[in-house]
Amino acid sequence: METPAGPRFRSTLDPHEATLLKNMVTSLVGMLDERESSSPRDELEQITGMRTGHTAAPDDATLGRLLPNFFRPQNDHPAGSATAESLNSALRSLHEPDIIDAKRQAAQRLLDTCPQSGGRLELTESDANSWISSVNDVRLALGTMLDIGDGGPDALPPEHPMAGHLDVYQWLTVLQEYLVLSLMSKPLR
Amino acid sequence: MASPAETKPGSAGQKVESTQGSTQRPWVTIVWDDPVNLMNYVTYILQKIFGYSEPKATELMLQVHNEGKAIVSSGTRESMEVDVTKLHAAGLWATMQQDR
Repeated sequence: METPAGPRFRSTLDPHEATLLKNMVTSLVGMLDERESSSPRDELEQITGMRTGHTAAPDDATLGRLLPNFFRPQNDHPAGSATAESLNSALRSLHEPDIIDAKRQAAQRLLDTCPQSGGRLELTESDANSWISSVNDVRLALGTMLDIGDGGPDALPPEHPMAGHLDVYQWLTVLQEYLVLSLMSKPLR
Repeated sequence: MASPAETKPGSAGQKVESTQGSTQRPWVTIVWDDPVNLMNYVTYILQKIFGYSEPKATELMLQVHNEGKAIVSSGTRESMEVDVTKLHAAGLWATMQQDR
């Protein structure tokens, strides 16, 4: 009998799946840490207590998909693209630290609840919410590398350098699908 | 989800913005389609962030999927910043703009 506080999601992971997932999520955290530590230092931060982050979008396409712009300039914007750029800088600087924090927290929860060498996986609702977010971040990163979407690959020949990435992407897609379905279904009483 | 267009002087909550021309026009949050995000994930996140019913969240998700984008909330610029921040944290591609 499952209660709201009990396991919400049950599955098993092969040892190599657990290792792979942990490695990918650890890489993700590494990328986020590096982005955070490379942001410009703000002397006012000590006084105001307000963290500020980068003002420009990441050069890296993968990180760029994880930390997109807040504002998309419209063709008929009255003040033109300079306003759009300064709005994006301000909003990014203000909010990116929180977004990085949220992604890192989800990733850390996944790492903490993923069975060390595979085996039984049991997640509470709260854990599962972290998993869907972090698995999604890994999928976004892989999806950018693989150019998933229009013109992107549905299948690659085994010798293709990205074939392994695509396998992982597809496996994570199935995992995420199951996690979301379990979260959306009504809890058993 | 729109906030009131007019506020009485001295009422709490509404900041008057000095930067934009028409200060009372609401802002909106838009979610854009992307090839990675799962349909059920988008629906679930919209329910979670905005408290929408599953039918309402599904309707918005389908609009994103079929039309390329959908307005998911509206209100003050500040509240849109909060919404976009939450959507980005969840991995959805969202932007904010001032409504016409």
